Amino acid sequence: MRFYEYESKALFAKHRMPLPKSRLAHSAAEARAAAEMIGLPVVLKSQVLSGGRMKAGAVKFADTAAEAAKHFDTILPIRVNGQEARAILVEEKSAVAQEYFASVTWDGRRKLPVLLFSDMGGIDIEEVAHRHPDHLSKTHFSTLLPLTPRIAKEAIAATGVGGSALTRLTPIVFELMQLFLDFDLTLAEINPLARLEDGRFVVLDGHVDMEAEARGRHAALLAELGIGEDETRQARPPTAFEIAGRKVNEADHRGVAGNVVEFDGDLGLVIGAGGGSLTLFDAVRKHGGRPANYCEIGGNPSVSKACELTKLILAKPGVRKIAVMMNVVSNTRVDIVARGVVKGCIEAGRKPSEAIAIFRIPGAWEGEGFKILTKYGVEYCDRTVSMYEAAGRAVAKLAKAGA
Amino acid sequence: MSILIRRDTTFIVQGITGREAVNLTRENLDYGAKIVGGVTPGRAGRDVYGVPVYDCVRDIVAKHGKVDGSVVCVPPAFTRDAVFEALEHGIELIVVVTENIPRREVAQMVELAGMRGARIIGPNCLGLISPGEAKMGGIGGPAANTRQAYTKGNVGIMSRSGGMTTEIASTLTGAGLGQSTAVSIGGDAIIGSSYAELMPLFEADPETHAIAIYSEPGGRMEAELADWMEKNRSRLPVVAFMAGRFMDEMKGMRFGHAGTIVEGKEDTTAEKIARMRAAGISVAERIEEIPGLIRQRLAERRS
Repeated sequence: MRFYEYESKALFAKHRMPLPKSRLAHSAAEARAAAEMIGLPVVLKSQVLSGGRMKAGAVKFADTAAEAAKHFDTILPIRVNGQEARAILVEEKSAVAQEYFASVTWDGRRKLPVLLFSDMGGIDIEEVAHRHPDHLSKTHFSTLLPLTPRIAKEAIAATGVGGSALTRLTPIVFELMQLFLDFDLTLAEINPLARLEDGRFVVLDGHVDMEAEARGRHAALLAELGIGEDETRQARPPTAFEIAGRKVNEADHRGVAGNVVEFDGDLGLVIGAGGGSLTLFDAVRKHGGRPANYCEIGGNPSVSKACELTKLILAKPGVRKIAVMMNVVSNTRVDIVARGVVKGCIEAGRKPSEAIAIFRIPGAWEGEGFKILTKYGVEYCDRTVSMYEAAGRAVAKLAKAGA
Repeated sequence: MSILIRRDTTFIVQGITGREAVNLTRENLDYGAKIVGGVTPGRAGRDVYGVPVYDCVRDIVAKHGKVDGSVVCVPPAFTRDAVFEALEHGIELIVVVTENIPRREVAQMVELAGMRGARIIGPNCLGLISPGEAKMGGIGGPAANTRQAYTKGNVGIMSRSGGMTTEIASTLTGAGLGQSTAVSIGGDAIIGSSYAELMPLFEADPETHAIAIYSEPGGRMEAELADWMEKNRSRLPVVAFMAGRFMDEMKGMRFGHAGTIVEGKEDTTAEKIARMRAAGISVAERIEEIPGLIRQRLAERRS
């Protein structure tokens, strides 16, 4: 879950990291007032959940308060990689002497956190790694042993930084490492971390990502930062259909019928589980089908949950039929899903035999499930029909039914 | 033979009185598992399908001596503590079923397991099975369903999806290919045992002749496997299936498992497929191609 820059900086400030003066502006008038309060010149930065702001023209410098107000109006409507700006951060313009880079993330191969540090900040770190490997250090550290500043010191010194820069940078980088572990972050990055012409060291820009699984454990911090419980902070904001899908899942604790993602096709998908859904979605597309949605059912959802999900998908504009498919199931009962989707069709005013293009869920209680489907005339298949083949049948049936 | 578990493997279930754990205990016992005890704090003296419940792992070890494994099935807030408890009492194979555990805590479990010479499978997995021998975890479901999907044989399976482990086993069984051991390795970004870390075990198992793998976007696990294959000149042909190809166009969106997200180029299926193929791994376009590809690779090796 990505934080906006101003949220990342609020977290940094709480932990005594040095920052330039800044204020968040929601209107041109606020931008003007902020510029006057901070002192000119200032920089205005769009608050979006994406990199590439500079390139998109969403960062501008202002020498007067009037200019700050004008830039606010220019920057606010700019979308950066599809993301809308939430507000504009007005910040004191810093006279930079040198830029550094510090980042903490997880190394899934080593299964440890890794600190990356470079004395060539401000530019693409991949490029530094490629062209100037001696200016980038990579330091893994323990999650069990007490975290002490010497790890930060060694990482910084490894890039050739010494003298007062080393002693001034060490506590800032050490704090970043602590934040990373304390708040279950998946990324804590400062780029650039700058030495200013007046000798101060400040965090000019930062980026923090928190692990979605850990949100509940950091509810107090999130509340303090004003991050709402329903903010997904994914690559794009959730659609109304996706929000409705989440409500279906949350209405009942039994099993999962969620992770609904909207697409613009005509074939509704009631699919599962985690890996099965990925496999089936690919299969539908490979057959030339156009999915209306992605979803995941699993963990033995109740009849009502499967029913509500079916109704939601059938009600989506453009959906003509649904395909109900999963991998061979072990803990999800085939008969319960069958009952749920049949009920969903009926409650949506559709004939199950017409609305369900195919039902392919083999496994636990399949005999009972197939009985229900036979009764309602729904086409089904067992494990002798592959997931790929079942997806093909659904796509063919939709094509045959005509546009 | 098989890897990690056999008929005589003893294990415990931590969190045994929970709903999912009760089902899993029943299913494992029906499949022939030697479950010597269960743990739920405050519930000592009860039993679950005849398996005695204790307050502490220590009490089971005191009574039975060394225990081989544990299936950890406790809520995410308590999982790290349960795994630490098992590790500190000499348990060397720990299957973590629980999902939604933050990475930091998973890393801590894995780090301690490394210090204690133990192995973790999962988290967010369905466990493992050596068909005809024993199973640990919910893999395959009820014993009758498990026997239908899994048969004894010579193909090892490793999968980032629990459900797809069974789909692949069922497809292999349908084509007359049995399995030595199938491991649901878990869908999280950090897991106890990756493909490359389990390969040496399969390599050393004379009953394993080939490997089938299910993989997804996200992470570096496939690249790690490719590196291992190149470095070790494995005797085992590996056939992989890559799901989630549509995600290559959907950067930053999370689908399926916690570890399944495309952030950089290396996370994409296109990149992973190219990397695996370069290391001599066959990549199936569909699940049903796996048995044929395994037979073909085995025939090539013999000739």
